[in-house]
Amino acid sequence: MVSLWVYLVLAAALFSIGAFGVLARRNAIAILMGVELMLNAVNINLVAFWRFVRPDGGSENMFGQVFTVFVFVVAAAEVAVGLAIIISVYRSKRSVIAEEVDLLKW
Amino acid sequence: MNIEITFETITFAIFGVLTLAGGIGVVTTRNLIHAALYLIVSLFGVAGIFILLAAPFLAAIQVLVYIGAIAILIIFGVMLTRGMTHLPERFNRQGGLAAVVVIGGFVVLLVGVILPVWGPNGAVAAEAQPIFMTTRDLGIALVDKEQFVLPFEVASVLLTAAMVGAIAIARDDESRD
Repeated sequence: MVSLWVYLVLAAALFSIGAFGVLARRNAIAILMGVELMLNAVNINLVAFWRFVRPDGGSENMFGQVFTVFVFVVAAAEVAVGLAIIISVYRSKRSVIAEEVDLLKW
Repeated sequence: MNIEITFETITFAIFGVLTLAGGIGVVTTRNLIHAALYLIVSLFGVAGIFILLAAPFLAAIQVLVYIGAIAILIIFGVMLTRGMTHLPERFNRQGGLAAVVVIGGFVVLLVGVILPVWGPNGAVAAEAQPIFMTTRDLGIALVDKEQFVLPFEVASVLLTAAMVGAIAIARDDESRD
């Protein structure tokens, strides 16, 4: 039986990898992929807590899985809008390097 | 701590390695198409973890939405920004600092939160609950007016708004005749 903390360690490791991608990559699409990894780590956590420790002392509810479904929805919306912004920036600046996009800097 | 070698632990090891190795591939590969393929491997590993956690519907959605839609969308994004897939420098100036911060954060999370609270000798003993819940219960929870029907409708509005917004942002205004 794989216990809860093993899942939590896996999720924490995946979250850290994704966070490194977000912080360190230069290409904006690679940053978006790092965000996807972080969202997946959160999903693992939500489902693992649903499986092992449910609120209300283990009564029957689906809160963890329902939250994961909403994370799916938000991730789909986020990646669609994010890629649209990246493509729009690429059209005007011919670059998707995050530090070269400084239109809103002053 | 003794680890029993059962089918469950073997399966967990396989999918866990797929998840983490895919993730490391995503953040370190120079070629972005390869990074997107590694992302698919990692997402598939997470789908296997969902199966192990008795959430088969989420695993199916993971394959359909994440691998089938999001990863393909990212590959399209990579192909539409050609010339940017092989940057000579993958990481920005604070790459080393970011690695230190992330590893430090992981260790703090592990030693400070996960092992003391949920670990083998932790403060909270968590046993897997017997499973009475199925995909049917998830569907009922999503449309039950006592539970999640309002967030469900808000999610539909969010998807519509995101779709319209993405089209409006990415549309090419200058090339219209």
